[in-house]
Amino acid sequence: MPLRIYGHLVAAKTRADFQYRTSFFLYLASQTLISFADMVVVLILFTQVSSIASWSRSQVLFLYALSGIGFGLADLFISQVGLVSRHIKAGTFDQFLLRPLGALWQLSALEFAPRRAGRAVQPVIVLAVILPALDVQWTPVKVALVPITVVCGAVIFGAVWVTASSLAFYLVNSQELANSFTYGGSFLTQYPIDILGPWLRRFFTFAVPLAFVCYFPAAYIVDQPLPESIPSWFSFAAPVIALASVVVARALWRLGIRHYRSTGS
Amino acid sequence: MTANDRDPAIELRDVSKTFRVAHKKGRVRRGLREVVAVDDISLAIERGSIVGYIGPNGAGKSTTIKMLTGILVPSSGQVRVDRLDPSRARLEVTRRIGVVFGQRSQLWWDLPLRDSFSLLRHVYRVPGPRHQENLDRFVELLDMAEFVDVPVRQLSLGQRMRGELAAAILHDPTILFLDEPTIGLDVVSKEAVRRFLIELNRERHTTVLLTTHDLADVERLCERLIIIDHGTVIEDGTVADIKERYGTERTVVIDLDQPSVPLTVAGTEVVRIDGPRQWLRFRRADTTAAAVVAAVAEQADVRDLTVDEPEIDDIVRHIYQASR
Repeated sequence: MPLRIYGHLVAAKTRADFQYRTSFFLYLASQTLISFADMVVVLILFTQVSSIASWSRSQVLFLYALSGIGFGLADLFISQVGLVSRHIKAGTFDQFLLRPLGALWQLSALEFAPRRAGRAVQPVIVLAVILPALDVQWTPVKVALVPITVVCGAVIFGAVWVTASSLAFYLVNSQELANSFTYGGSFLTQYPIDILGPWLRRFFTFAVPLAFVCYFPAAYIVDQPLPESIPSWFSFAAPVIALASVVVARALWRLGIRHYRSTGS
Repeated sequence: MTANDRDPAIELRDVSKTFRVAHKKGRVRRGLREVVAVDDISLAIERGSIVGYIGPNGAGKSTTIKMLTGILVPSSGQVRVDRLDPSRARLEVTRRIGVVFGQRSQLWWDLPLRDSFSLLRHVYRVPGPRHQENLDRFVELLDMAEFVDVPVRQLSLGQRMRGELAAAILHDPTILFLDEPTIGLDVVSKEAVRRFLIELNRERHTTVLLTTHDLADVERLCERLIIIDHGTVIEDGTVADIKERYGTERTVVIDLDQPSVPLTVAGTEVVRIDGPRQWLRFRRADTTAAAVVAAVAEQADVRDLTVDEPEIDDIVRHIYQASR
């Protein structure tokens, strides 16, 4: 979808949301609080232990910030696809097929919820505070890796969202399942995956590649060793993984729409 | 006239659509049953015509419309809309068609009607001056000036439906699909919608295919009527043709000077008596209204009389029942 049209649609949705101002601000506040609460959990944990899997408090907060920004961006721009199951059930999905735009971007634009911006704001602040506090020898590669990681993280989260939401074309109540991968996954990426057992670790590396969202690149930046059996170049593989996730997500989404169009609802 | 203009606006060739529906088989087991929603339909609709597509609930009307608009892909057969295959060229087809589903809305609920129009202009990339021209014309034709700046959620159903109509045609589609556009509307709004469709068709030669349960829509709007049931076309012709074919019985209502015994007129049957008024039914093949009236006048003093034409409602009900 051309960016200009996307902008028009998002602006319209924002104007519409502003009709319910109180609700808008309450939700915005609650979103900010939720991501704040996640950080408080990290802080409380560190009153009891001095490190998690050899990661220090500021290193884990760094991880938290990277994951939070990536997730917040995906939440803002892509999580709307989760609503596809509701639209299919209500019969309103048809209208997305009646307009000369892709259904995915229409959902993203038409269901855009500016109040979700609250999710990304707080991790940005944490990142700004924690970056100078990190005990890191900054090299150009490490500096470049920070924004790259955020963008790739958002893309990977978005792809997971689209993939999980594609289930809605086959199953009636799929949104819960989709949410467990996305919201559940976001919590997971806030911690070093060393805390997981070997099987889960493999699952989140090779099946649902959330470990690439920020753990692998962050480990390189803060000089933490990767778990055994993980090659060191994994720290730089996020862009490739992001691209691959998008290809898979796109194919599954299209397959889902084709299935919908051949079965009706 | 170019070859382009002579091609039908809409064409279906041997089109079928089968759904697989899950049904219970014992406590947990489920089986799949095939349901044929559209069964081998072939038809063509000329450019610039207004066609009524009617049938009882579940006859396959909406399924057909969904295949024509690219929402559903047919199980077999060929669909052409403005010479394109909507299942393959869906995005291109969306630019050439307008769609109104009477039970759904494509407007932005919390924004003024005008904003919805302007967003659709961007979605369809209609040039600014053309958009303005269309908008002015439709606001005038649909009498929307009063409420075009009111949020959609505050509009009455009739106002909203007028908004939906305008929204569906602001991008100058050549074909308009209407699925029950007058459902739930009061007489005045219904009439506004009908007048608008006639005007649109006259002014821009827009082809209109509409489904409805209100046969007054059909009588007022459609040259041609296609009746389907169980997924197949059971009747296809002009409204007059269908009346001619099925409306074989007429009734003469006669007001006599005073109550009388049932009249006896060859070829007729008295179906009802109410004081001095008698209803005489006859088959057009047997006699004519004039002959009946002449025969009655010989037997009694006639004060007034009317001839009841067969109602399209009755005819269609008759056709539905015959197909069951």
